[in-house]
Amino acid sequence: MATLEIRDLHVTVEVENGTKEILKGVDLTVKQGETHAIMGPNGSGKSTLAYSLAGHPKYTITSGSVTLDGEDVLEMSVDERARAGLFLAMQYPVEVPGVSVSNFLRTSATAVRGEAPKLRTWVKEVREAMERLNMDPAFAERNVNEGFSGGEKKRHEILQLELLKPKVAILDETDSGLDVDALRVVSEGVNRVRETGEVGTLLITHYTRILRYIKPDHVHVFANGRIAESGGAELADQLEAEGYDKYVKGGASA
Amino acid sequence: MAEAQNIPVGSTTAGSIAVAAESTVVSRMSAPPSFDVADFPVPHGREEEWRFTPLERLRGLHDGTAVAAGEGVKVTVSAPDGVVVETVGRDDARLGRAGTPADRVAAQAYSSFEQAGVVTVPKETVLTEPIRIAVHGEGGVRYGHQIIELGAFAEAVVVIDHTGDAVLAANVDYILGDGAKLTVVSVQDWDDKAVHVAQHNALVGRDASFKSVVVTFGGDVVRLNPRVEYAGPGGEAELFGLYFTDAGQHQEHRLLVTHNTPHCKSNVVYKGALQGEDAHAVWIGDVLIEAKAEGTDTYEMNRNLVLTDGARVDSVPNLEIETGEIVGAGHASATGRFDDEQLFYLMARGIPEHEARRLVVRGFFAELVQQIGVEDIEERLLAKIETELEASVG
Repeated sequence: MATLEIRDLHVTVEVENGTKEILKGVDLTVKQGETHAIMGPNGSGKSTLAYSLAGHPKYTITSGSVTLDGEDVLEMSVDERARAGLFLAMQYPVEVPGVSVSNFLRTSATAVRGEAPKLRTWVKEVREAMERLNMDPAFAERNVNEGFSGGEKKRHEILQLELLKPKVAILDETDSGLDVDALRVVSEGVNRVRETGEVGTLLITHYTRILRYIKPDHVHVFANGRIAESGGAELADQLEAEGYDKYVKGGASA
Repeated sequence: MAEAQNIPVGSTTAGSIAVAAESTVVSRMSAPPSFDVADFPVPHGREEEWRFTPLERLRGLHDGTAVAAGEGVKVTVSAPDGVVVETVGRDDARLGRAGTPADRVAAQAYSSFEQAGVVTVPKETVLTEPIRIAVHGEGGVRYGHQIIELGAFAEAVVVIDHTGDAVLAANVDYILGDGAKLTVVSVQDWDDKAVHVAQHNALVGRDASFKSVVVTFGGDVVRLNPRVEYAGPGGEAELFGLYFTDAGQHQEHRLLVTHNTPHCKSNVVYKGALQGEDAHAVWIGDVLIEAKAEGTDTYEMNRNLVLTDGARVDSVPNLEIETGEIVGAGHASATGRFDDEQLFYLMARGIPEHEARRLVVRGFFAELVQQIGVEDIEERLLAKIETELEASVG
């Protein structure tokens, strides 16, 4: 069973006046089939955790460890992490002009699966996945993220999640900027992947809204660069009622 | 009189729209156009039209010391049936109709060539296969002149393919009869030491369509000067360019579209990628809309993708408008570094770095590659891009 283990993770980033520590000792274990929600106020380091796990060069790991099934993730390049089974659905997916969605998806699936998918079954697989996400087939011929609406970008991220079938999926504020209809479609996509029981999900969000559609097994409150409290789904209800005040008091990092 | 407006378009580029400005495309040149090399002083490098060009690397094309030598450059023309292919002397009446040499090297070429090639597609002849002109250098010096003429309503695709090692100065005239359609693909796939300076003159007939695709990869110095004028209303010109400038190479594309006739269109899109120490790309995009050219519609764009440190781009779009009665006129220029966020996004989907870079660069050129319309050239170009990128990734 696939397990992502994060132990005492410290991460810094270069800022104008020097180096700033963003993550200050994160401990978290995500097992296949589990869904963990990470909730926290802006600036608490949630997205830094997501991008550090994916290997973004902007972030420097100063101490701690991350392993996926015992393999050292921090030793892997960005693409190796993806091929090992980590997936990051990004909050702000990047435009890649001149590269069509269909070419991108196939190149990506070929890399992750280790061989080119058979053309006939692949076309069907993509078409069906797009239908489930209410995406127009013409979407496949557009350039990656170019001119996409906020909802289209997030659907495209979840489309990749469905096709790449990672062991651990990190969803970074996938709910932000979505209207209720789009949120429902995207959440259903995530739930289809969860229902296979083959993916561990790390759902990073500022709001409790998405948790009405995606039920977490564990909820963690993220504040000031570490997990401040962990609990079950009831913790989200408490946050809904009380907000983050009690976690940021005195420890706010602006 | 309106003042010239300066529109900043990026840190390494400059651009301006001049409305009836004092400094014009014509007045910025150090001498008026002429067929006689004696009318141009030897450039010293500070002239507007020479200031980006490394004169010392022109192997004497600019100062009269480059002497044409025998069989050093071979020109082979293959054309489908119905096309007339001729070689003519300096006294042929068809010479020099499409345009006049605008700088010293073009005038040197016009003053020095011994024989000119003339390719004629008779009126209403529609070709289904391209005409191919192979210019292959074997270390020689050549002054060339080539005319490609399409009669009324003729349609043709011409591929001019430059390979090997040469020092070449040339004028190429494209003459389009009424309603004719000409696509010219000029490929500069020279060996590393080649020097190539050429002026392209297109004269676009009434309701005719001219499409130029310039593809520059090779050479030590390549400096091309594509120019367009219109012989009647309703003409269209599309000027597309791709260049891949490597360490030490100087690739310069200087365009001038003169809207001298009402109701004509022009669209200029040039894109380049640069990599390596002292790779230098220059793009000058001049568009002149004369007072009588009402109903003009023009747009020009230059984009540069800088893949490594040490490369330099000079990109200067310039639009001069002498009438307000136009459909549209615009320009854009941008030069950017390789986007690390694009790379991260692709790699985060499992795609290895070298393949991710390839996707991004291919994507950058994609819209232009699709414009070529000659399959073997498109394939060769994509293969070239791969090879260039392999060299950069190591």
